[in-house]
Amino acid sequence: MKKRSSKKEGNSQYRMMILAGFIVIFTFLSILVILTMDALEESQPQEVLVRDPERIENGIHLRTGLKAGEGMEAVIRHCTPCHSASLVTQNRMDAAGWESTIRWMQETQNLWDLGEDHELVVRYLTREYPVESKGRRQALKNIEWYSLDGQNP
Amino acid sequence: MNRRGFLSKTSLAALSAAIGTEIFYGAQIPAGYRLIAEQDPDLFARYHKDRDMVILNKRPINIEARAHLLNDDVTPERCMFVRNNGKVPVELQAENWELLIDGESVRQGRSFSLEELKTTFPHYSYNLTLECGGNGRSEFDPPAKGNQWTVGAVSCATWTGVRLRDVLREVGIKQDAVYVGYHAADLHLSGDPRKEVISRGIPMAKAMQEETLLAFEMNGKPIPEIHGFPLRLVAGGWPASVSGKWLKGLSVRNQVHDGPKMESPSYRVPCDPVAPGTEVADENMCIIESMPVKSLITYPRTGAVLETGRSLRINGHAWAGELQVKEVSYSIDFGATWQECTLDKPVNRLAWQNFRAAVTFPSEGYYEIWARATDSRGVSQPMVLPGWNPKGYLNNACHRIAVKVV
Ligand code: HEC
Repeated sequence: MKKRSSKKEGNSQYRMMILAGFIVIFTFLSILVILTMDALEESQPQEVLVRDPERIENGIHLRTGLKAGEGMEAVIRHCTPCHSASLVTQNRMDAAGWESTIRWMQETQNLWDLGEDHELVVRYLTREYPVESKGRRQALKNIEWYSLDGQNP
Repeated sequence: MNRRGFLSKTSLAALSAAIGTEIFYGAQIPAGYRLIAEQDPDLFARYHKDRDMVILNKRPINIEARAHLLNDDVTPERCMFVRNNGKVPVELQAENWELLIDGESVRQGRSFSLEELKTTFPHYSYNLTLECGGNGRSEFDPPAKGNQWTVGAVSCATWTGVRLRDVLREVGIKQDAVYVGYHAADLHLSGDPRKEVISRGIPMAKAMQEETLLAFEMNGKPIPEIHGFPLRLVAGGWPASVSGKWLKGLSVRNQVHDGPKMESPSYRVPCDPVAPGTEVADENMCIIESMPVKSLITYPRTGAVLETGRSLRINGHAWAGELQVKEVSYSIDFGATWQECTLDKPVNRLAWQNFRAAVTFPSEGYYEIWARATDSRGVSQPMVLPGWNPKGYLNNACHRIAVKVV
């Protein structure tokens, strides 16, 4: 009898430990996810070496950092040979702005005629990277709070 | 475009992007050309950069500091921003490096080896503030195109070299000299070997200043590869793009230099102020010369949480292009009131100046500390964005950090 109950006790202790373990791991993972999400929001997408060059996650083409959407392949083809796509993803323009940027590169930077792809490219750029208004001064964003105690004599 | 060409271009783009380096030149790479993808290059390790630095672009390499990384009086290599317009030249060698001096306004063109420069002319060292003309571009509205720099495209390192004016005098300059343009060894992004990437310059008056150097050392060591090894023109207080890296040539011109990126809208702003978003004709755009007054709070890092009742030490740097900074103030109430900071003199002309203050807070809560510098002519930094311009240059709006008192 006694033996059994101690075994039972051992069992429930074991379960508790597993449960606690799960909680710890779950919390840790959630924090990790939140942290990486923050980091993602904050940082400019960069081109990276990935095993699958076509892979898209959360609407982002991983290798280039471009937003997935109609015309993305054409943009990869025409807009990433010379420089990374960061020059695209950092910028926000209306159709006239993208047009004139492309014209400037064609006139001065050896960019070729985009041929049939021209309209597709401009439509993609204008749709995915449109002008956004920021005003005369924005609020401070993405502040990472940290304790200064002991660091400021 | 035929199907074949289309396909090869696709795979080419994919490959060049995937290996992150420069294998591309136009559409005429032969079919069946095989490329071996390497590892994703670790730019931080490769170029000795602090991992807190922010990469804006890997091709071409553009990296900026965050404000707290710039706390040193003399900016170390690890925290110095990188603004490249093209590809870093390969196989840079100091031994057989030559500098060719030519142009309409030299008596006779001639070249110097790096060794000759070092042994013929006296050496000088200055701490020089170099700020990218587009530092702060990310804030403009409507947005301005290019790399979206926030606050960290500025540095003040110790540069050592010979005076450009000593070299020009030795060569012999005609009366009609107007401008000195530079030529560099970097490579155009398209891979076209005949195409100059960027070739800007300075008017004679700036060229003849004693602090304008042909530099071969940064912070007491040969200039790091990505900052212009082995020779760089360094002209402090002006947009950093006039300080040509990997310097191969200087043209003494009898007109304003007309190399790539001298033309509008590059490094130019409207001669007269315009409403945001205005299209400005080329002839109404003027070349940027001295950079405007500006400051940066480099300690503490934004986001500090501190206990109520204690004072907070802040410090940072201020600079004003060709001028000196005469005053720096801070505000914790969004500019309603300002307190003066202690401000050091520059170690030499064109070096940034250190400031510091002890800040106390009246209660718990969320605060922003704003810094505002004033130059020797009484001109201060604006609290909102300064005049909009098509390429988003010269944003010298006050820097601010967030602080919480609990
Ligand atoms: C033949 C080479 C080449 C190709 C292909 C190319 N670009 Fe560029 N692009 C350049 C160069 C060179 C620059 C200037 C880079 C610098 O100074 O940092 C540039 C700059 C830019 C800029 C910044 C412009 C500015 O005013 O600062 C944007 C935006 C841009 N490219 C978008 C694109 C898009 C979109 C495409 C595809 C339609 C494209 N690029 C294809 C060579 C190219």
